Amino acid sequence: MRGVFRSLRYLRGYWKPAFGAFISLIIVNFANLAAPQLLRILIDSGITPLNMQVVLQVAGLLVVVALVRGLFFFLQGYWSEVASQGVAFDLRNQIFERLQHLSFSYHDRSQTGNLMTRLTSDVDITRNFVGSGLIQLLSGIILLIGTVTILLRMNPLLTGLFLLSVPAMGLIFAVAVRKFMPLARTVQEKLSALNAVLQENLAGIRVVKAFAREPYELSRFERQNQDYLAHNITLMKLFATFFPLVFFIANLALTAVIWVGGGQVIGGRMTLGELVAFIGYQGYLLLPVFMLGSIGTMMSWAEASSRRIFEVLDAESEVKEAPNAYPLPPVQGRVTFENVTFRYAGADQDALQSVSFEAQPNQTVAIMGRTGSGKSSIINLIPRFYDVREGAVKIDGIDVREVTLDSLRSQIGMVLQETTLFTGTIRENIAYGRPDASMEEIIAAARAAQAHEFISEMPDGYETLIGERGVGLSGGQRQRIAIARALILNPRILIMDDSTSSVDAETEYKIQQALENLARERTTFVIAQRISTVRRADKILLIDNGRLVAEGTHAELLECCELYVDILASQFGAREEVNAAVEEALK
Amino acid sequence: MRNPLRAISESGEDRARNRGAVLRRLLVELKPYKGVIALAVVMMALSGAAQGLSPLITGQIVDKVLLTGDLPSLTRMALLLVLAYLVNMVATRFQIYLVSRTGQQILAKLRNEVFAKVESLSLKYLESKQAGDLMSRLINDIDALNNFFTQVLSQFIGAAFTLGGILVAMLLLSWQLGLAVLMVVPILLVVTNVFSRMARRAFRQTRETLGDVSANLEEELGGVRVAQAFNRTQENVRRFARSNAANRDANVSATAITSAFTPAVDLLSTLDMALVAALGGFLVIRGVISVGTVVAFIQYVQSFFRPFQTVTQLWTIAQSAFAAAERVFDLLDMEATVEDKPDAVEMGRIEGHVRFEEVDFSYEEGQPVLEKVSFEALPGQTIALVGPTGAGKTTMVSLIARFYDPTSGRVLIDGKDLRDVRQLSLRSQMGLVTQEPFLFSGSVMDNIRYGHLDASDEEVMAAAHAANAEEFILRLPEGYQTEVGQRGSLLSQGQRQLISIARAVLADPRILILDEATASIDTRTEVLIQKALGQLLKGRTSFVIAHRLSTVRNADQVLVIDQSRIVERGTHEELIQKNGLYAELYRRQFYQPEEESAPAAPAVSS
Ligand SMILES: Nc1ncnc2c1ncn2[C@@H]1O[C@H](COP(=O)(O)OP(=O)(O)OP(=O)(O)O)[C@@H](O)[C@H]1O
Ligand SMILES: Nc1ncnc2c1ncn2[C@@H]1O[C@H](COP(=O)(O)OP(=O)(O)OP(=O)(O)O)[C@@H](O)[C@H]1O
Ligand SMILES: [Mg+2]
Ligand SMILES: [Mg+2]
Repeated sequence: MRGVFRSLRYLRGYWKPAFGAFISLIIVNFANLAAPQLLRILIDSGITPLNMQVVLQVAGLLVVVALVRGLFFFLQGYWSEVASQGVAFDLRNQIFERLQHLSFSYHDRSQTGNLMTRLTSDVDITRNFVGSGLIQLLSGIILLIGTVTILLRMNPLLTGLFLLSVPAMGLIFAVAVRKFMPLARTVQEKLSALNAVLQENLAGIRVVKAFAREPYELSRFERQNQDYLAHNITLMKLFATFFPLVFFIANLALTAVIWVGGGQVIGGRMTLGELVAFIGYQGYLLLPVFMLGSIGTMMSWAEASSRRIFEVLDAESEVKEAPNAYPLPPVQGRVTFENVTFRYAGADQDALQSVSFEAQPNQTVAIMGRTGSGKSSIINLIPRFYDVREGAVKIDGIDVREVTLDSLRSQIGMVLQETTLFTGTIRENIAYGRPDASMEEIIAAARAAQAHEFISEMPDGYETLIGERGVGLSGGQRQRIAIARALILNPRILIMDDSTSSVDAETEYKIQQALENLARERTTFVIAQRISTVRRADKILLIDNGRLVAEGTHAELLECCELYVDILASQFGAREEVNAAVEEALK
Repeated sequence: MRNPLRAISESGEDRARNRGAVLRRLLVELKPYKGVIALAVVMMALSGAAQGLSPLITGQIVDKVLLTGDLPSLTRMALLLVLAYLVNMVATRFQIYLVSRTGQQILAKLRNEVFAKVESLSLKYLESKQAGDLMSRLINDIDALNNFFTQVLSQFIGAAFTLGGILVAMLLLSWQLGLAVLMVVPILLVVTNVFSRMARRAFRQTRETLGDVSANLEEELGGVRVAQAFNRTQENVRRFARSNAANRDANVSATAITSAFTPAVDLLSTLDMALVAALGGFLVIRGVISVGTVVAFIQYVQSFFRPFQTVTQLWTIAQSAFAAAERVFDLLDMEATVEDKPDAVEMGRIEGHVRFEEVDFSYEEGQPVLEKVSFEALPGQTIALVGPTGAGKTTMVSLIARFYDPTSGRVLIDGKDLRDVRQLSLRSQMGLVTQEPFLFSGSVMDNIRYGHLDASDEEVMAAAHAANAEEFILRLPEGYQTEVGQRGSLLSQGQRQLISIARAVLADPRILILDEATASIDTRTEVLIQKALGQLLKGRTSFVIAHRLSTVRNADQVLVIDQSRIVERGTHEELIQKNGLYAELYRRQFYQPEEESAPAAPAVSS
């Protein structure tokens, strides 16, 4: 029950409503006990002797009791909801925050649908227990102890007899919980899987439709759904078996009490009145058993779910700030890779092997290489999305592992290879990294990214709403928004990972022009496939298979590097024709 | 109006008017389980009888057995008691099991139905919705129906029976007092109605805010890398907390309403009881009824209100299910905009003759994306679509795959208007590599096989070979069995594209569409892919969109699209000759005017 106990700690912030709910519940219980008494008085000393005075008084009292009971019933429900929703709120926020900070490695391997299940279903199950389950558990225990105490005073023998059943019930309880928990966990896992299938289908609907795979996806979903259903039913079966069983044992014990007590009465060792009084209390013994029985399953379910929650909260981020991390001072722009070797978690080969180079402040460094050669891996190390295995990445001579992540990343502007935009207006998307940016700055960034023109052509201009991941824009339009989003930061280090791949040559050229004119005081990394994009770089790095195989300017590489010439050749299929075109244009 | 539910939901008007409709639809779901439910009711009755019997037996013991001091009959009675408890246990077990199983089965069926619905919805609709909200409907909202099918329903049946019985008994005993008791019922019904209306509205809030939380989550989890790159995490946490708080508050208010309801009914019934006592006393004094009747009545009032409370309370709680059901049914009733006609025909084997006739298209009214586009592709031809970004190239190929229907004009394949054919029969003969590669989590093998589910491993490998993906796949830790991660996150972007090309190749399509399929792939690999595809494409019609114009040089026909229209068409040579937009775009790739330093490109020819 580690998980449950740990989630109980979250109640600390809500101890007032939780305590209030608890007290209210006790008051309600008392009022519930009082009402029948009043009713008895009403009948016995009001109606039967026909004393209207008493009738009216007691009837009035009944209404007062109902009022009090009602008030506290409400408060109990309300406060326990406040407390439990508060716990859910905190848990969700914490998980979300954790997920926001977990490094890329974690997200590379996790599934959105799965994480979402943890944040919704698992949190809700935990909340349910922490909120109402716990209060019921406590009041059940108190009720039980109270009743047992009274009964022990009344008749230790019979009470002892009843208590004999407690270990049996405890045993069943323990067995059930032990069986229940792994099942509950499986059920939650199946739900996650279902959610993941759904999420992927929604995200990849274009592919599903393009390949006419709707029937296939449906059968896949149905299979998962069936699996989930089957496990759910197993769980229900267990619950249906175990819950009445506990109840039965308690009833059995009570029968034993009656039987033994009856024998004693017959034997004259006990009065009938004593036994009857004892029997009268059996309801109060059964109620807590009933409560505890249903809470048992609730608790083990909550245990399974809370463990899933804490798995996320306890996940280690691969990229951690050093304890003595300090803010990176304003960056000059010198970026150094010193013998960097890097490997992705779970891979069996290095993605980068002893890569060393240096970018001087204000230089433009282009990175070229085959698909999968490690270009993105290199630039992902600069903002420390991943950590190197060996060697070091330094900015102005400071190892990126020594500084705080915020201070590091806030000085780097990135256009990631995969363009991700968010629901919202175009303006909000451009101002993503600087929500306080002025409209002028936004327009300036959009202009530089060659996005201003198409944005202004839209009916709502910068206020045009775009959908998830940028639905409503063409591929090239999205990329340009992503470029504007990086440019508005006016970063000292700008990284563009293949960020003009969906843009036509004309537009790309204009973007380059704008970048050059905008500011020269920044170090720029450009990954690109097109020679035209990289040609004017101060330095071109050629990566092959995780190694830096050549480095130099365009002219230098043309001289020395066969690979580079190869790449070039692949882009100029009909050379004569290109030459002709260029010469013509030169005239 | 074909569908009242949806219309109302969209106007956001008071959906409570349709409570009846929602309830009826939920009850319809129970129909197939009539037998099981009847059995569950029998079990309920059985356990009820056993439960009712046990106090009687205990009473017998106390009243008779112990007074007579008959030990053997004490044992007999005790055993009888045990038997009653045993029956109770077994009946309860089956009742719980049957009811909860039925509930779960209905939920599973609903999930399947909604999923099938989602799959059939048009791209336009799906892309305009937040994925997380749809997910919440399918998972959370359907789950919220559980308590309706299990708790509410089973308790409701029992309570309703009891209620009816007591009502009759009461009226028979004394109609005056009976009416006095019933006087409060209209008030109670009004109160219930008011509360359930409020509860409905509050629960609707909880469902909607949960949908928002889910949507927020889905999107932020997808964009977490950008958030980290832009230091936006704190702001995102704040924003999430906002939608999270809205959900919390909605839940608290909904609970406030339901927990206020019980005391309200309780109070009314106590008032009623006080009334009965006073009136009863009065009637006794007048000699109309006897004291015994009043006493019996007070007990009846009590037992009348207990099930009454249960029923009304359940009704209020059921509002939560209704609010959830509305959202589920809303989705189920959604009309897909790209639907098969009732008389749609099978496409038949595609020859590859694609024709656009004066096609106009706009995503949103008044903003044309394509205007009067006409062209013809002959079987086996390769058509290149070229043009500045945002010109409408992706839109054009989306029309060929019939993701959307043209606003006016026609798209024909082999002379058949696409609106007249079954979508599945059309798309199953197409291979599409989308502009943004999308992979599913699963192995490399699974992902390529997506193009042709029955393909053997060898065929998959051959497709990977053709797409030039083989080399990198073999270097992966587990080769073809390597997991690619969600959206292919464990691969490089270019590798994802290679796999989606292999997937399309494996589909062995009659029409192949490559929408910037090699944008992120290096040019040397691209050349190799082109060679391989050149072989494979023999006899198939293909559409190629590319910004790197070296890619399209060999096309049979180049369509240059600018500002929603085809502005130039012809072969590469013709267009270069023409010296228009195409020629300009083409030259721009190699030559940039400001660059004095080196007319470097020609140097390559060395
Ligand atoms: N789902 C959509 N809803 C509304 N408008 C859209 C949608 N998709 C694209 N558009 C708009 O339609 C126009 C054409 O887009 P399309 O994607 O066809 O361009 P494209 O030629 O493929 O451009 P790119 O080369 O950048 O991919 C653009 O102006 C774009 O903003
Ligand atoms: N998250 C990851 N986990 C494991 N392996 C990865 C991950 N990302 C990339 N890889 C592997 O590391 C290698 C280098 O990938 P990287 O993304 O750096 O390539 P790239 O040069 O950017 O290629 P592209 O031009 O296709 O974008 C590839 O073989 C790829 O499969
Ligand atoms: Mg890359
Ligand atoms: Mg496009």
